[in-house]
Amino acid sequence: MTDTTEKGVDSRRVQAKTSFINDPKFRAFFYQAALVIAVLGLFLWLWMNAATNLAAQGRATGFAFLGQSSGFNISFSLIPFDRTSSYLQVYFVGILNTLLVAAVGIVLATFLGFAVGIARLSKNVLIRALAAVYIEIIRNVPLLLQLIFWYFLSLNALPVVRESLALPGGIVANRRGVSFPQPIFDDRFIWVALVAVVALTVALVMRRRTLKQIETTGDRRSVWLPFFGVLIVPVVAAFFLTGTQVQFSFPELTGFNYTGGWTAPPELTALILGLVLYTAAFIAEIVRAGIQSVNYGQTEAAAALGLKDSDRLNLVIIPQAMRVIVPPLTSQYLNLTKNSSLGAAIGFPELVNVFVGTALNQSGRAIEIIGLTMLVYLTLSLVTSIFMNWYNARVALVER
Amino acid sequence: MSDLSYVRKEMQPELPPPTRTTGPIAWMRENLFSSPSNTIGTILALVFVAWIVPPLYSFLIGNAVFSDPEGLRGEACRFEGVGACWIFIQGRINFFIYGFFPFDEIWRINLMFAIGVVLLIPLLTPKAPFVRTAAVLFFLVYPFVAYWLMAGGTFLGVALRPVPTGQWGGLTLTLIISLIGIIVSMPLGILLALGRQSKLPIVKTFCVGFIELWRAVPLITVLFMASVMFPLFMPQGVNPDTLLRAIIGICLFQSAYMAEVVRGGLQAMPRGQFEAAYALGLSKVKTMGLVILPQALKHVIPGIVNNFIALFKDTSLVSIIGIFELLNTVRSAGSDANWSSPTHAVTGYIFAGFLFWAFCFAMSRYSIFMENRLHTGHKR
Repeated sequence: MTDTTEKGVDSRRVQAKTSFINDPKFRAFFYQAALVIAVLGLFLWLWMNAATNLAAQGRATGFAFLGQSSGFNISFSLIPFDRTSSYLQVYFVGILNTLLVAAVGIVLATFLGFAVGIARLSKNVLIRALAAVYIEIIRNVPLLLQLIFWYFLSLNALPVVRESLALPGGIVANRRGVSFPQPIFDDRFIWVALVAVVALTVALVMRRRTLKQIETTGDRRSVWLPFFGVLIVPVVAAFFLTGTQVQFSFPELTGFNYTGGWTAPPELTALILGLVLYTAAFIAEIVRAGIQSVNYGQTEAAAALGLKDSDRLNLVIIPQAMRVIVPPLTSQYLNLTKNSSLGAAIGFPELVNVFVGTALNQSGRAIEIIGLTMLVYLTLSLVTSIFMNWYNARVALVER
Repeated sequence: MSDLSYVRKEMQPELPPPTRTTGPIAWMRENLFSSPSNTIGTILALVFVAWIVPPLYSFLIGNAVFSDPEGLRGEACRFEGVGACWIFIQGRINFFIYGFFPFDEIWRINLMFAIGVVLLIPLLTPKAPFVRTAAVLFFLVYPFVAYWLMAGGTFLGVALRPVPTGQWGGLTLTLIISLIGIIVSMPLGILLALGRQSKLPIVKTFCVGFIELWRAVPLITVLFMASVMFPLFMPQGVNPDTLLRAIIGICLFQSAYMAEVVRGGLQAMPRGQFEAAYALGLSKVKTMGLVILPQALKHVIPGIVNNFIALFKDTSLVSIIGIFELLNTVRSAGSDANWSSPTHAVTGYIFAGFLFWAFCFAMSRYSIFMENRLHTGHKR
C-alpha cells in the first residue's frame, strides 16, 4: 500500500517538473500573447502605411468634411436636398432611402414568401410545381443580374409617357416611373392620428387581457371583434367630429409628363421588385421548412383533443412553426437590407451609391466614408441580433 | 316464432363499382380536383400558366432569331415584334466565355478547364480510385499550373506569352474567382469556427469580432473597400492589381460565413465524442482532425454548399468595381453598336442567367445527392 502511494506522489512530482512548454497555462498565455502582438502589429503597420500615403498625397483626414457643401444633386430623396446641402445630409438621404427600400421590401417579401411557402405544401400538384419552379429559378440566379434585368424591363418594356399604363386605384406606370395618388391632409388630421394611436394602445391592452382570461378560465370569447371595434369606432368618430378634409392628388398628364401624386422612379421600382422576388423565394423555403418541422403527431393530437381546424392551426401548428421560422426570417430581413446596396448598380441613390460612390469620389475621404457606411450596417445588424436574442429567449422551449 | 330469423334472407342491393383509384383520371381527381378550393386553385394555376407561357414561348422560340446567314448581326434582329436575338449569343460567345483573352491563346484556358475537370471527377465521385492523388494534385499543384496557363510566363522551361489580369474575363473569370474563394474560405472558415469555440478569451473575442464584422456589412462595401481603401494601407510602391484585391475581399467575406456554418456543425457534436477521443489519448489536434471535424462537416454539408452557391452568385458583384466577369461581359456587349437591336441585351441577360442557374442548380443537386450518401445512421 505505502509503496503505491509513494509511487503516486512520485509521479505527480515528476509531472510537476515537466518542461513548461507542456504546461497548458503557459501555452494559453503564449498563444494569446502571440495573437495580440500579431494583430496589433498588423494594425500598426497598416496605420503607418496609411499615414505615409495620405501625407504623400497631401490629403487631409477627419470628419470636418461632413459639414461642407456637397455640390451635387440626388435624384430621389425623402428629405429636402439640393446642391448646397452638406455631406452629412447626403449621408442621411442615403440612410433614409436604404431604410425605405428595406421597409417596403420586407413587408412585401414577407407576404409573397409566406404565400409561396404555403403553396409549396399545397395538396394541388400544379400549384406545388409552380411554387417549386419559382423558387428554384429565383434562388439560383444572382440578385444583381435580376436587378439589372428588371431595371432594363422597366425602362424598355413599359409604355412611353403618352401611352401610360393605367392601373386600378389611379396608379399610372410608364418608363419614367410608377405614380401613385397621394393623400393630402389638412391641419386637423393630427387629432385623428392622435386618437388612432390611443385607440390602438387601448385595443392592444384589451386584446392581451382577453387572451389571458381565455387562457386562465377556458371561457371562449371573441378576441378580434372588440379589438377592431375599439380601434375603428373612435377613429371614424374623430374623423367626422373634427371635420378633417382629405384630398387626393392624382397623377395627371400635363404636357409631356405626369404631375401630381407621388412618383417612384424606375430605379426604385426595379430595386424593390427584384429584392422582393429574390427574398420571397428564400422566405418561402424557410416557411416550408418551418411548417414541415412540426411533427405530424401534433396535428393528430390536436384533432384528438377535438380542436377545430382553425384552432388547430392557430394554437398548435403556427406557434410551433414560428419558433423555427422567425430566426432565419430575421436574417433574411437583414440580408434584404444589405442587398439593397445593390441599388448602386442600377443607379438608385441609396447609402452605398450616394455616399460610398458619389460623395467618396468628390471628397476623397475613403477611410472616413467607408467607416461611416459600415457603421450603419453594423448598427442594423446589431439591432437585428438583439431582437433575435430577445425573441429566442421568449419562445424557447420550456422543458420539464 | 317461425318468421324470426337471425340470418338475412334477401340479398343486399349491389354497390356501384368503386371509382377509379389508379390511372390518370384518378390521379387528377386526387391531386387537382379533390375539393372545391382545390379545383379553384387548379383553375387559377392554369390561367396563370396560360397567361405566362405563350408570350414566353413566342419570345424565346417562336419569334426568336436563330440564324444569321448573311452576317447582318444587329440588323437581323431589328424588326417589329422580334423575339430573343440568339445570334447575338452565337456571335459573342467567345467574349462571354474567355473575356478579352487573346484569341490565339484560348487553348490555354481550354486546357486549364480540361485538367480541372479531369482532377475534379475522382474528387466528386464517391468510391472513385486515385482520390488522394487527385486531391493532392488539385489543391497543391493545379493552382500553380492554372495560374501559369492563365498568366503566362516561364514554368518548367516552357515559355507562354504573358497575359495581364486585365484581359481575363467572362465565364472563365467567374469560375476562377469562385474556385479560389471556395478553396481559401473553407480552411479559413474552419479555423475561425474553431477559434470561436476556443476557451482562450482573447482568441475567442478576436474570432467573434472578425466574423461579426464581415457578416454585418454588404459585400459591395467590402469590394469598394478593397478597391478604394486597400491601396492606402499598403506600403508605397506596392499596388496589387484590382482582381487580386477583389479576390482577397471575397475570400475574407466568405470565410466569415463559412465559419458560422462550421460552428453550427461543431455545436451539434455531442460531448461524448470529445470525451471518447480524450479517453483514447488523442491530442487536441487529433481529436479535432480525426473525430470531431469529419463528423461536424458531414452534418453541415447543405450549409457549406449553400455558401458555395451564394459565393458563386456573389462573384457577379465584382462587375461593380469594373472587373469583366460573366455579367459584366454580357452587359458591356449589350452596348456594342454592331449588335444594337430591341432585344439583344435582354437575350444576353437571359443567357447569363441561364449559365449561373445551371451551375448553382447542379451544385445544389449534388449536395442533396452527397447528403443522402453520407447519411450513415443519423436518419431515423
